Amino acid sequence: MMIFGNLFTALNLKGVNYCCLPVTERSNRGKMAAAASMMPYFAQQISSKNDLVPDWMGQEVSTGTTIMAVEYDGGVVIGADSRTTTGAYIANRVTDKLTPIHDRIFCCRSGSAADTQAIADVVTYQLGFHSIELDEPPLVETAANLFKASCYRYREELSAGILVAGWDRRKGGQVYCVPIGGMMVRQPVSIGGSGSSYIYGFMDSNYKPDLTKDQCLDLTAAALSLAMERDGSSGGVIRLASISEAGVERKVILGNQLPKYSTH
Amino acid sequence: MNRADPKETCCHNDVMTPSLQAVAGLLADARSLSEVAREEASSFRSNYGHDIPLKHLSDRVAMYVHAYTLYSAVRPFGCSFILGSYDKDDGPQLYMVDPSGISHGYWGCSIGKAKQAAKTEIEKLQMKEMTCREVVKEVAKIIYIVHDEVKDKAFELELSWVGEVTNGRHELVPKDVREEAEKYAKDSLEEEDDSDEDNM
Repeated sequence: MMIFGNLFTALNLKGVNYCCLPVTERSNRGKMAAAASMMPYFAQQISSKNDLVPDWMGQEVSTGTTIMAVEYDGGVVIGADSRTTTGAYIANRVTDKLTPIHDRIFCCRSGSAADTQAIADVVTYQLGFHSIELDEPPLVETAANLFKASCYRYREELSAGILVAGWDRRKGGQVYCVPIGGMMVRQPVSIGGSGSSYIYGFMDSNYKPDLTKDQCLDLTAAALSLAMERDGSSGGVIRLASISEAGVERKVILGNQLPKYSTH
Repeated sequence: MNRADPKETCCHNDVMTPSLQAVAGLLADARSLSEVAREEASSFRSNYGHDIPLKHLSDRVAMYVHAYTLYSAVRPFGCSFILGSYDKDDGPQLYMVDPSGISHGYWGCSIGKAKQAAKTEIEKLQMKEMTCREVVKEVAKIIYIVHDEVKDKAFELELSWVGEVTNGRHELVPKDVREEAEKYAKDSLEEEDDSDEDNM
């Protein structure tokens, strides 16, 4: 028993059960109660009843997250916070959730860290191969469809909310939203992750079409900052990137430089 | 855009979305290859969410045809294959695949029994400066020119096009344009006959 328990903890942090996830924007919370009694055997050994193993070891690594992507004429601006949690412990406070899929295509990851990394790796491979076959840079729409294909096919096993954003020659800057469940839709602006719930009002009232690149950067920084202030699973620094025909420009806004909104 | 002959040569049919396809050679082989092209276009659309670029489709069909030249257990395809399409980003495109599995892009190409003669005629055209309607007339004329009255049987002319004029869809050329093209073709043939007689 003891040996098995130690072996498991040495392997990974990720628990394979639903009931211990921190509060994220999962749409199937009804499952959580029912799943409590269905925990895999080894996870039961790691439950809180076992004093030798702390609580957080049984909890999935999650990019709690706030992510956002905005289109502008000639490109897109994407942004994310930098907090990865296992339960209440912040496993990584400087995470990079803006993952390059191709030269001018990025994705913003939210949900399970492992799931989103795995999917992103798969799509990067598929898109790279496809681009070589075509002998031209791939379309953002293609990348989004590849994400959708994986997220939909394995929807029961995965927990991944992804924003695909980039620039291509055909349609310019594009943002595609691939939330949990695996649907795909193009939107001029999109937010995701657990922290996004707190900024829907801000977005509805502050976003308008035809913004310039700098306005998009300011809007993204402001929105992320507000979400990070309120959502426990989001925080750290703001990572921004703007993608256009000319290339990708990345920026980091450190904690002390975040836009401030509270007066007290 | 090819001649139709009851026994062999061509037919034209849709692959998927905006592309046209014309074939010359053994019709059974051509049909089988059409089906391959359709499946490639369809699976691409299903996997990647947008229509297959014509160059890529042509490469895939060519690779398939080439595979049949590698093994003694099968014979090569006995037909050539022309693919054409139009979309607003890439403009008009024309590709041809031959039985060896080579695929090239063309401004103008010909396949079938009289392809060499037709090629000579095509080279006289300045296609880049012509509109779709003008080219239709020239194509009809070439078909009539290369038809050998003595050796070949009667033929039926089939004309179809895809372009800005059809909004990217593959369609049969409308009746009035067709008739205009046939008339132009027959008239210019007579002119050539007349000019031959004058020299006597």
